[in-house]
Amino acid sequence: MSLMYRPTAAQQMKVVVGVKRVVDYSVKIRVKDNKVQTDNVKMSVNPFCEIALEEAVRLKEKKIATEVIAVTVGVKKADDVLRTAMALGCDKAIHIVVPDAEAATLEPLAVAKVLAKLHEELKPDLWILGKQAVDGDFGSTPQLLAGLIDAPQGTFASEIAVADGKVKVTREIDAGRQVVELNLPAVVAADLRLNQPRFPNLQSIMKARKKPVDTRAIDKLGVDTKPHLATVKVEEPAARKAGIKVKTVEELFDKLRNEAKVL
Amino acid sequence: MFRLSSLSLGKALVIAETLEGKIVPATLAAITAASKVGPVTAFASGKDAAAAAEQLSKVAGVEQVLVASGDAVATGLPEELAPVVKTIVEKNGFTHVFAATSAFSKNLIPRVAVKFDMMPIADITSIQSEDTFVRHAYAGNVVSTVKSADAIKFGTVRGTSFERAATTGGNAAIVAVECSAALGKSKWIEDLIAKSDKPDLTTAAIVVAGGRGLKNAENFKLLDELAAPLKAAVGATRAVVDAGFCPNDMQVGQTGKTIAPTLYIGAGISGAIQHVAGMKESKVIAVINTDADAPFFQVADYGLVGDLFEAVPALTKLLKN
Repeated sequence: MSLMYRPTAAQQMKVVVGVKRVVDYSVKIRVKDNKVQTDNVKMSVNPFCEIALEEAVRLKEKKIATEVIAVTVGVKKADDVLRTAMALGCDKAIHIVVPDAEAATLEPLAVAKVLAKLHEELKPDLWILGKQAVDGDFGSTPQLLAGLIDAPQGTFASEIAVADGKVKVTREIDAGRQVVELNLPAVVAADLRLNQPRFPNLQSIMKARKKPVDTRAIDKLGVDTKPHLATVKVEEPAARKAGIKVKTVEELFDKLRNEAKVL
Repeated sequence: MFRLSSLSLGKALVIAETLEGKIVPATLAAITAASKVGPVTAFASGKDAAAAAEQLSKVAGVEQVLVASGDAVATGLPEELAPVVKTIVEKNGFTHVFAATSAFSKNLIPRVAVKFDMMPIADITSIQSEDTFVRHAYAGNVVSTVKSADAIKFGTVRGTSFERAATTGGNAAIVAVECSAALGKSKWIEDLIAKSDKPDLTTAAIVVAGGRGLKNAENFKLLDELAAPLKAAVGATRAVVDAGFCPNDMQVGQTGKTIAPTLYIGAGISGAIQHVAGMKESKVIAVINTDADAPFFQVADYGLVGDLFEAVPALTKLLKN
């Protein structure tokens, strides 16, 4: 049964941004003893979530959004990403805290259910999430959330324009781009070219440290977060056979034609 | 074509994708993947649904074709398609619902899966059994084998990981599926399709790709000229698409397209993990870069430390002779 959409009071537009703390994209991830080695590696805001945050903040600067709330579902240390979100201009931050052991197996489906629960409470006009997290690479949470709250979805968004209770989304698709128009509330999944995120300045970061974060334990939400997938095995991909350097174009041509036989 | 011995009660639905009236090659790979778990039903929708259904009915391994037409599903809006697929799955008792990984399937599959409270598995590269699948995480640096406890397994399947089913030999019945009126929460406005006379990037046997080393959009002509005698597709890194040198449909990488051509030639590309994730299954990799320390050389079968502005035209010349 879908939630009846009541637009927030005239001239008010509430935007909620989902933000995830992930292993930094530049880290060379290793697998040992059937475990992904994430202890002591550099953690960062997921790059697509940075883009989502930036878009929300821009909506606020354009006076389209009147309130921007950042949400993260993660371990205690994940409050880092909320500090960044507030330093960038989010009005409020909600941290759904997950115990460390549970965090390792928390699935996009569970996260979507948590966000759907928050949707009932916050009643935003627009959700902006990153299109995929660079750790799991599932790229599914925005669509799962949209399906749960029965809202239209604008995935792979490279441009959005909000007007008259709708959002026009330009999406990057395999053959080029597509433009769709979605009734609010809607879920938008930010893609690379939606914007170029700003860096929070030091002063904002310092100020954000003092702002309150609405912190809640995940098991208090009444949401089923048990995983549906069990990881049987993790391993590093098979290494490619080492290649050789060639000295000239002629040599490259010769190797490709006569050795590799691909030309 | 083999079936896993545990197939017994599996029944697979493959959501087909079409482009300009033809089913995309990756859908044929998804059909092969689906055949591993049980008899396959293909589902066609969209404005080319009738033509797609005809093609699908002839694909080896497809036992039934379901087709949905009508305005509501004509443009592939997931809000309209998801309920249609949900009904199909419920009515037919499918145990597996697959589609070839693409922008279309990534948009649709999770939205259908969540209606059943099930966790979709993204970009499957191998099917070990009816409930165990292999996929990649961390930009392809982690190969993960997962076992699903869901009653229905929803997933997208990597097109380059499975053989494409033959397009002849099948003789499936085509059955129309009813679609109710559009829900109307979303509206398709337009498609801006990049026109190209080059082969499709995801299926070309040879791909020539360029990165920041090309310096500007104009210079990509050098790669077009190399691609021509090779009948190759031309790809790009995220950096040059961001910079506006190339349209987004050329992007290869963790968040772009995944390709596995017989030969990949990369020019002016440093070889960041995120780009490599999208092409490391290429059979032969040749890299041209002025920087001897470029990480790309670590995955190259043949590496040429040199100036692409000399090397690429020189290679083109050699190919033309």
